[in-house]
Amino acid sequence: MKNEKQIVTTKQFGIMIERLAHQLIENHKDFSETILVGVQPRGVEFTRRVLEKLTEVSENKEINSGSLDITFFRDDFGRRDAPIEAQELDMNASIEDKNVVLIDDVLFTGRSIRSALDALMSFGRPKQVELMVLIDRRLKRDLPIQPNYVGKTVESILSERVIVKWNSEDSEDEIILLKSENE
Amino acid sequence: MNKLSVDHLLGIKNLKKKDIELIFKTSDNFKRIINQPIKKVPTLRDITIANLFFENSTRTRLSFELAEKRLSADVVNFSSSSSSVKKGETLIDTVNNILSMKVDMVVMRHPNPGAAEFLSRNVNASIINAGDGSHEHPTQALLDSYSIREKLGSVAGRKVVIIGDILHSRVALSNFHCLQKLGAEVRVCGPSTLMPRYLDSLGVKHFTDIKEALIWCDVANILRIQLERQDVKYFPSLREYSMVYGVNKGLLDTLDKEIVVMHPGPINRGVELNSDVADSQHSIILDQVENGLAVRMAVMYLLAGKLKK
Repeated sequence: MKNEKQIVTTKQFGIMIERLAHQLIENHKDFSETILVGVQPRGVEFTRRVLEKLTEVSENKEINSGSLDITFFRDDFGRRDAPIEAQELDMNASIEDKNVVLIDDVLFTGRSIRSALDALMSFGRPKQVELMVLIDRRLKRDLPIQPNYVGKTVESILSERVIVKWNSEDSEDEIILLKSENE
Repeated sequence: MNKLSVDHLLGIKNLKKKDIELIFKTSDNFKRIINQPIKKVPTLRDITIANLFFENSTRTRLSFELAEKRLSADVVNFSSSSSSVKKGETLIDTVNNILSMKVDMVVMRHPNPGAAEFLSRNVNASIINAGDGSHEHPTQALLDSYSIREKLGSVAGRKVVIIGDILHSRVALSNFHCLQKLGAEVRVCGPSTLMPRYLDSLGVKHFTDIKEALIWCDVANILRIQLERQDVKYFPSLREYSMVYGVNKGLLDTLDKEIVVMHPGPINRGVELNSDVADSQHSIILDQVENGLAVRMAVMYLLAGKLKK
């Protein structure tokens, strides 16, 4: 028996991104005071896709964006076998007094977002920080963190994994729920 | 693979090529961090590091201390001139006493070759060698190669000449290992009296003529004449050394190419290197210092990740 279950189809995926883009436009108007920040590694592709959609529907070509590496801000350093490899970081636009939208693919325990908030503050004092996630895994939150924009809420148990696949040469946009082997 | 193959940084000789590449990749990230508005990350906040300096140092010690602070580690400093070493305490006793205060990592400079290795076998902490006599100075070699990689895009295939007092230099030995592991060709230049016997065994060729050396190389790493280590006269006078082996603008102008000039510091201006070169655009001496901070942060981050909690 296959242990995979598709929870978002390619078509639904496109609709979700479009809806999220519209929600952003509703709250951020012309984006002059806004910066979209993708959390490395998997929030970056999501950010790129949202930006693509935003420029398409709002005809605003100058939306600030960046990517944030949270490796050195994680709370599990020394509790893993090996240190996590750091990723590229691109924060050229200033976040001082800006509305920041943090973007990540899956929100689960909330620990990555906690680290991302710390990492973000190293670049200044934003006016406001919002959180956008593609998938909100609602049932396992270790910290009091809630998203402002959600693609889809998923109720999954701890042993399951949510995998976001992006459109590329060998896959299409889709989201899969992976059940663990021993169940 | 994102783990070092070693638990201590004792010398470049014990490192694998992929270890060096991992350190460089991690250094890239730290270099970005130290150029941010807030230059500190909380990564090592539950780690305590002791800096033990049994020999004088300004740059290396400051660089290590700053790197530790940027990583949020707790730092204790120790220098032999103001300690119980003067009262006759042994190295292992000194270090074990410090480790009883729950120190996780030791950065040590010591005048005796092999001191770091000795310590790593006898005490229970991660050891970073910050220079052991005329043996190795691994972080210096790492930052030298990192600076070459940054300036020229790669280390492999580059020709590097190390000029000056090779015999007393731990920087030279670490650089030989590091550059050769990364695929660069390395040669030396200087008076024969300042050449160690091990050069042949490492396959390092020797120039006696500085002009020839500079024509051959892409990068010249110029070492300080370590008068404090020279117990006998290795050359007639500093003035004569400077005339034969000193690097100056006039000499560089006779080359039909641009070379990169490096120096691990401190410079004896007017002896091995003239101010007109040290302060010119050929020189990446100050970049080396900045890179030193990033490289040391990377080394401590990667070693601390291997500490057992």
